[in-house]
Amino acid sequence: MTDKPLPVPNADTKEFWEGCAQGELRLQRCRACGAAQFPPRALCATCHASSPVWERASGRGRIVSHTRVHRPPSPAFKADVPYSVALVALEEGPRLMVTLRGGAEPRIGDAVRVGFDPPAGPDGIALPHAIILEAP
Amino acid sequence: MTQRAIITGVADTAVGDLPGSSCMGLHAEAASRALADAGLKPSEVDGVLCAYSFTEPHLMLASVFCEYFGIQPAYSAAIHAGGATGCIMVMQAAALVEAGLCRHVLVVAGDNRLSGLSRDKAVATLSEVGHPQFERPFGVTIPALYGLVAQAYMHRYGATPEHLAAMAVNSRTHAMRNPGAQMRKPITVAEVLASRFIAEPLRLLDCCLISDGGAALVVSAADAARDTAKRGVAVLGTGQKNTHEHLVAAPSLTEFGCRDSAVQAFGRAGITAAEIDVAEIYDSFTITLLIELESIGFFEKGEAGPAALAGALDLGGRLPCNTHGGLMSYAHSGAAGGLFHVTEAVRQLRGETEARQVPDAELAFVHGDGGILSAHCSLVLGRR
Repeated sequence: MTDKPLPVPNADTKEFWEGCAQGELRLQRCRACGAAQFPPRALCATCHASSPVWERASGRGRIVSHTRVHRPPSPAFKADVPYSVALVALEEGPRLMVTLRGGAEPRIGDAVRVGFDPPAGPDGIALPHAIILEAP
Repeated sequence: MTQRAIITGVADTAVGDLPGSSCMGLHAEAASRALADAGLKPSEVDGVLCAYSFTEPHLMLASVFCEYFGIQPAYSAAIHAGGATGCIMVMQAAALVEAGLCRHVLVVAGDNRLSGLSRDKAVATLSEVGHPQFERPFGVTIPALYGLVAQAYMHRYGATPEHLAAMAVNSRTHAMRNPGAQMRKPITVAEVLASRFIAEPLRLLDCCLISDGGAALVVSAADAARDTAKRGVAVLGTGQKNTHEHLVAAPSLTEFGCRDSAVQAFGRAGITAAEIDVAEIYDSFTITLLIELESIGFFEKGEAGPAALAGALDLGGRLPCNTHGGLMSYAHSGAAGGLFHVTEAVRQLRGETEARQVPDAELAFVHGDGGILSAHCSLVLGRR
């Protein structure tokens, strides 16, 4: 039985995963051009200025795509099938991949709120998930 | 003006489940047969391009192959660009001979990923293309990543599961005419739609095969091509575009680099998509092919599915496509999978494909896609 492939934080991503463990979604923002970005990098991928700064993100976004996985990548995910994965466009712009929780049937355009799984593994990784918000 | 590079020899090994095969053995068999096809001796090869392997992975696969095959070419390198690798190797080989750096470049790939790995191991290895921190932890496979693309594209342009299924049925229809294909049993749209889900909306028959097999070709300088055995096929135009690696960072979920890659290749060849007689287009999944057909300009957005249902991709249709059966019905053995599209295009232009021949094919288009529609390479090939 293999374990799930938990992220191993590095210099670029440490701040992001520390935020998740504290229940806070963090994104980088460029000090030069103002672009928000994800995944984290040592530079701004829009204008190539160095050292983007971290900020707390709203945690709100919309589903831009989703899939229900029936054939898992490894035995570690077998007990979970079928499970739903979504790409969420955050209000700040960048796209995030998450597990969809809460059982509602996802549709593209649905508003979601990002939450976090309990911290797991040696690095205390709290994976982000999303819950579909009730239509107003 | 530079003289166009010429493809002077091609070969596929047998494909499918080949117990007793090895990765390097498949490389050597494909290479020997491609050289024989060209009428060249191994000692005449002065350039070698290889790809990658799952069963015999190595940091320096081109050196591993040259040592195994017993040649010491002046130039060798290995290229890793997933499904785009086959076309990129041809583009690179053409550049080498057109620059005068090589006379005969051997392009070779192969893997025994069906008999040499378990299916579970192959799926697990392939899923490693996902981002290690921001995709793989969520349990996505390559089909799941393409499922996400499919959902977004279908939502945007109105493609339906039937339209996707038409791509799989077309591949099988062609494969039934190809004695070498791995899957030759007829399938219907209803059967595709009844196959089990892998990652919604993609079902088992929306997905490519896992195969053993190898392929090779020889790309020669125009003056060197005069000495070879068969009528060569010219590399008229090449193009590439890479927009991202990971889906989470893709600029769009519905517009991809295949368009720009093809624009370059058509531009360099001085032709338009409408002039193409036969197309061999990367089809890792039904959605891959549908998006490429519409992005490259062979069909308008939303039109490829209905056209395929009406037979547009079959022999006699508007654009005979994947005449060997493609990755979904012929075979998919790693980088060789993308080379099969090239070897088929060359054979079509030589008029050697018998029951599946597109009559008088003069211009062929080949496209490779690596990653999650991340890396693209297009080729325009022409009869001389």
